[in-house]
Amino acid sequence: MQIVYFASVREATGIDGEEADFPGDIKTIGDILKHLMLRSDAHRNAFSDVSKLRFALDQVMAKIDTPILGAKELAIFPPVTGG
Amino acid sequence: MKIVRVQTEPLDTAAELALLSGLGGGAVASFTGICREDTDDDGAVTAIELEHYPAMTQAALKTLLDEAHARWPLLGCVLIHRVGIIPVGDTIVLVGTASPHRAAALESTAFLIDRLKTDAPFWKKEHRSGGAQKWVEAKSSDDDAAQKWRS
Repeated sequence: MQIVYFASVREATGIDGEEADFPGDIKTIGDILKHLMLRSDAHRNAFSDVSKLRFALDQVMAKIDTPILGAKELAIFPPVTGG
Repeated sequence: MKIVRVQTEPLDTAAELALLSGLGGGAVASFTGICREDTDDDGAVTAIELEHYPAMTQAALKTLLDEAHARWPLLGCVLIHRVGIIPVGDTIVLVGTASPHRAAALESTAFLIDRLKTDAPFWKKEHRSGGAQKWVEAKSSDDDAAQKWRS
């Protein structure tokens, strides 16, 4: 799966995105977050406050408990501030 | 007519609204969001930097226009958002709708900008005269404004 980061989350992780393969017991976006937090201190800091995170699964807004199913891309970012 | 565009170039608001005026309706309404000067301890805002999620933005905006067309009798609508570095005084976003009558034009314009604020993947970063750069925090009042269109 491709993981992509935007805005303050991109700056906190220090990367635009990364490839990640997950074991079969990973079912939701929340499961992926826990897994990604093991990757580095930067990941752990970036995802420490889930109330400040928003998600899109295959370019559609999603919630932390949304099932991954066969999605190819997960985006993780702060609440949007356009307009 | 449905126009969705994300661009780095300045917006020509008059030209876009002229397209809506030419559709034969009795009403055109619009909202223009402008990069405003704002001063705090880090100095005055000199520019806003707009980041977006290119693979998602166009589809998210198109979904909003489709929903507006389904809810109101619209002849056309435009939704144009600028990205990149936007200096103070420049237009950031333009929403416009055309309809036979004013209520549909006014309501659909409010719907589009309220929902864009929570549904479209854009992020603003302030650049201040003291050199500071800071991500703009989302406002809960924006969530409330978008929520009222879901009932």
